[in-house]
Amino acid sequence: MSDQSTYQRLAPSRGQKFTQRTLPFIILAAILLAIPMTGPSRTFYTIAHQMGINVVFALSYNMILGKGGLLSFGHAVYFGLGGYLAVHAMGWIEDEVGIWGSIPVFFLPVVGFVGGALAGALIGWPSTRKAGTTFAMISLGVAELIFAAAFMFDSFFGGEQGISGDRMNGIELFGLSMGPIAEVYWFIAFWMFVGILGMWAFTRTPLGKLSEATRDNAQRVQFIGYNPQRVRYMVFIFAGGFAGLAGGMAAVNYEIFTPDALSLIPSGLVLIMAYVGGITYFVGPIFGAILLTYMQSMLSDFTEAWLLYLGVLFIAIVMYAPRGIAGIVFGFIDGIRGSESGIYIKHWALNLLGILLMLIGLIILVEVSVRWSNGYGDIYEPFGMHLSHTNPLTWFLFLVASVAGIALSLFVKKQKEATA
Amino acid sequence: METLVFGLLNGVSYGLLLFMLSSGLTLIFSMMGVLNFAHASFYMLGAYFAFTISGSSSFWVALFIAPVLVGLVGAVVERYGLRKVHPNGHVAELLFTFGLAYLIEEVVKIVYGKTAVDYRIPELLNFSAFQVYGASFPAYRLFIIVIAVGMLIGLWFLLKRTRAGLIIQAALTHPHMVGHLGHNVPLIFMMVFGIGCALAGLAGVMAGNIFVTDPAMAVQMGPIVFVVVVVGGIGSLEGAFVASLVIGLLQNLAVGINASFADIFGFLGLTEMSEVGSINISSLAPVLPFLLLVLILIFRPQGLMGEKEL
Amino acid sequence: MSFKKTAILAAATSAIAMSAANADTIKMAFIDPLSGPFGPSGEAAYTSYLLAAEHINANGGINGDMIEVTGYDNKVNPKESLVQLQKAIDDGARYIMQGNGSSVAAALIDAVDKYNKRNPGDEVLFFNYAAVTPAFTNELCSFWHFRFDAHADMKMAAITDWIKTQDDIKSVYLIGQDYVFGQAVAAAAEGQLTEKRPDIEIVGNELHPLGKVKDFTPYIQKIISSGADAVITGNWGADMQLLTKAAAENGSDVPYLTFYGGSKGAVSSLGENGIGLLHQVTEGITNLEASDEQYALIEEYKERFPDYDYYYHRVWNVMDMFKKAAEEAGSTDPIPVAKALEGLSIEHAYGTATMRAEDHQIQQPLFISVVSDDVKYGVDNIDLGWKLVDNGTIAMDVAEQPTTCEMERPE
Repeated sequence: MSDQSTYQRLAPSRGQKFTQRTLPFIILAAILLAIPMTGPSRTFYTIAHQMGINVVFALSYNMILGKGGLLSFGHAVYFGLGGYLAVHAMGWIEDEVGIWGSIPVFFLPVVGFVGGALAGALIGWPSTRKAGTTFAMISLGVAELIFAAAFMFDSFFGGEQGISGDRMNGIELFGLSMGPIAEVYWFIAFWMFVGILGMWAFTRTPLGKLSEATRDNAQRVQFIGYNPQRVRYMVFIFAGGFAGLAGGMAAVNYEIFTPDALSLIPSGLVLIMAYVGGITYFVGPIFGAILLTYMQSMLSDFTEAWLLYLGVLFIAIVMYAPRGIAGIVFGFIDGIRGSESGIYIKHWALNLLGILLMLIGLIILVEVSVRWSNGYGDIYEPFGMHLSHTNPLTWFLFLVASVAGIALSLFVKKQKEATA
Repeated sequence: METLVFGLLNGVSYGLLLFMLSSGLTLIFSMMGVLNFAHASFYMLGAYFAFTISGSSSFWVALFIAPVLVGLVGAVVERYGLRKVHPNGHVAELLFTFGLAYLIEEVVKIVYGKTAVDYRIPELLNFSAFQVYGASFPAYRLFIIVIAVGMLIGLWFLLKRTRAGLIIQAALTHPHMVGHLGHNVPLIFMMVFGIGCALAGLAGVMAGNIFVTDPAMAVQMGPIVFVVVVVGGIGSLEGAFVASLVIGLLQNLAVGINASFADIFGFLGLTEMSEVGSINISSLAPVLPFLLLVLILIFRPQGLMGEKEL
Repeated sequence: MSFKKTAILAAATSAIAMSAANADTIKMAFIDPLSGPFGPSGEAAYTSYLLAAEHINANGGINGDMIEVTGYDNKVNPKESLVQLQKAIDDGARYIMQGNGSSVAAALIDAVDKYNKRNPGDEVLFFNYAAVTPAFTNELCSFWHFRFDAHADMKMAAITDWIKTQDDIKSVYLIGQDYVFGQAVAAAAEGQLTEKRPDIEIVGNELHPLGKVKDFTPYIQKIISSGADAVITGNWGADMQLLTKAAAENGSDVPYLTFYGGSKGAVSSLGENGIGLLHQVTEGITNLEASDEQYALIEEYKERFPDYDYYYHRVWNVMDMFKKAAEEAGSTDPIPVAKALEGLSIEHAYGTATMRAEDHQIQQPLFISVVSDDVKYGVDNIDLGWKLVDNGTIAMDVAEQPTTCEMERPE
């Protein structure tokens, strides 16, 4: 067998190329087009827009964390700077400064991209010379510096009040006035699609491949004649650009940017989104962004302790599923396709049951405690049960659920070890 | 002159507090390579525990019990959390502590409420120690200096003069060798983590009542602690000490300066009217530590007194 | 990131839920900090709204409709406030109440303007009960915005009017939060002092970051070494409490003339040291002569919410004026209510309040009070409370300021 034929056998067939590369984007586009036909509510749009922005932001973060191996605590800086530039541009469009009068608001994310990339080029130059913890610490320091500076340069950042704009100005494109929330949807959907496509295309470029190689072994990359520093720098600029794109989307959606957009809080949140979703998969951060945005806006209506659940979720992922939600999903798909799918499904189901029981225990504990702590006399009443902190049933349920859940999980673990 | 004296006094007391907080992190970081994001959360726990204990008994009991409790919590976290994540590498460990910081903050919010608690300076120390230029220097701040210096001496004695200290020092740099010599390295790690957290807890006991004891105190202190550790240099308590004092003094002295950029760089043609010119030195105070951090990392990655690069 | 405090609400509304079964509900959204350093400021106002709404509902509601007040936590962040505003509107609220933070209020005024322009027939009104940057009823004024608190220039007019009578104050130190409101306070103080007491020297003018300073000691020491005879500050929330805490600790013993000395914890952190020194300017204090109903209200509030004191008297003004306007208009729709509010007057417990039509700025007498141990009602659960100072009643026309507002009204 010649080398030539081996390569041909390993190369994906036309059909595989279609199902793995083209089909997902067609499905995505179809979903995006179908959503408005279901006649969604304002609330749905509000959340969907936030998801779209966060999906692009989290993917851009994964360009440096997952694909580049650089842990950053200041990615919101590029999101924020890109967004700020876009808000200013929105103002210039309104005042018809120079050529801005002839540019539609629809293209503001491009301005955001440029802003984010420029910021990445400027800040990345000193900070990407090192990888690892040094890089992480520099990103932290830079983020704090820029955040603090934001309160000093009011003409660009607007101080506490931030900078606001009005998206209903300039030329209308595609007949979208951009006023009502349903029209903004097309804007968000378009740029989310462009962002995902762009970042996926980036992973297929030589630079994208080199980025992964540098993450895995910088020394070998150097041996074959590439400069790892330069690779990191270039990737960093692109990641900054796509973060800026997300910032530009946010600028149009919210019509305001405040210095808090640059702070450590959004930087931490995007890290959690990417990691919870799964940084080793391209689609991981998309899962993470959707789940976290949902938790942020919907779960916070049901429980004020949603950040606690978020913390538990994050820690659980770090400890037990380092490949994130995407890892769980794809692992499950591989598992049921595998040779011992029967046993796999049995273990999986038992595990799920154990986790659910533990979750029930946790929810009872947290919800009852929150209400007890608030002291307004409100009582947690799931399924008509009256669970107050003085009710012994509460603590009984909590104990039974937690103990049973833990026992079940330990049992599955033992079984797995026995069969392995 | 007054501003200088005040700046020095407050700077030293704040700097020593920072050292109390960051010495534990330096130990943990240099030994285990873990940048503990939750370190400032243990500082917060110290303050809250002290609030509870001093409510039911007295501040003096809290001063001893609260750090011990925080140390125990830290040891449990190491044993049942961090150790499990260890095989997945440093990034996973760092992310674990990152999540832990969220978790601790939320639990504190549930137990103690979302707003500040009324944790007060003990009556015994609530008087003015001496007066300078019409302003009084609170006795409690003097007490902080005394406790911090005492802790510094104790830590130095533990590390340099006891057998346990020698083993810890060896494990800092050569954990495998120490393991081969028959010492229980995981146990040492757990102890160091616990002690480091207890020191942070002690700082919380001392600082919670002169600042504010609220759920945001960890987030506020966290980044500064990193700055101290990185600027001081890995594995160097001396470095952390110098860095703490430098940062404490920098921040307090800067607040006292009334000049703006225009006053300093006026000869370059900078005026009060321009945006850069109108920035006050005093408003720069919170930024200075981070400026220091970035400069150090770029020009001297091993820190002020560290031996190896990050 | 919000949470709805349905908890208190449930407790508050359950009593009248039966009678409300057939009536419509008027949804009102309270968008303010309910956690963090400014959480207590927001919660004190929120509880006041809940009690006020409860009383109105118990008396048959407004035109037979019941009021439902829902809290949305904005963390004093303008962008977060817009997210919460969106949510509130999605939930059906047509009336927005906010007060903590002029940066937030500015963003909300702008957002409400845009929303009303884009969604005709679905308008919302913004009742501002505490954000007092003068611009909101001057160059930035809007038909959709009503302010129920005296703005910074008015409060400063009250303070400077009182300073005019204090000959022993020769120099003052200005300290404030570094944002649009703090800057407005500093500008008002400088302008009005040079006009009313040109002999007074301003020995310091300091702005510090909003809600970030944990130890005010360096600032207090600057104040002490400047030798100022009095301090003027617009600080509120935790920034007020921490400032007084540091002042007590470092032995600063000059009068503090404040907008918000009544912020929770400020009096208790100063303790006995505050007697005769900490001043505030408000539209009413609990220790003024008042009717028995007012005393009963003060006591009911304290009993229901023991963590807080009856401080937000203007919240009752907001609700009473809203009720009167809706009844005069015979409707609870925003535009008729807004039109009825213009020029409306009510008699409240401490005087007359009038909503000036041309700029939607309330006009009312103001009171300067000082911490005292000889009072009927203490605050912060200690015996100290607020007592009117001599010459402390500032008549409505003294506090009144001209406006530059040119408002666009719907037809």
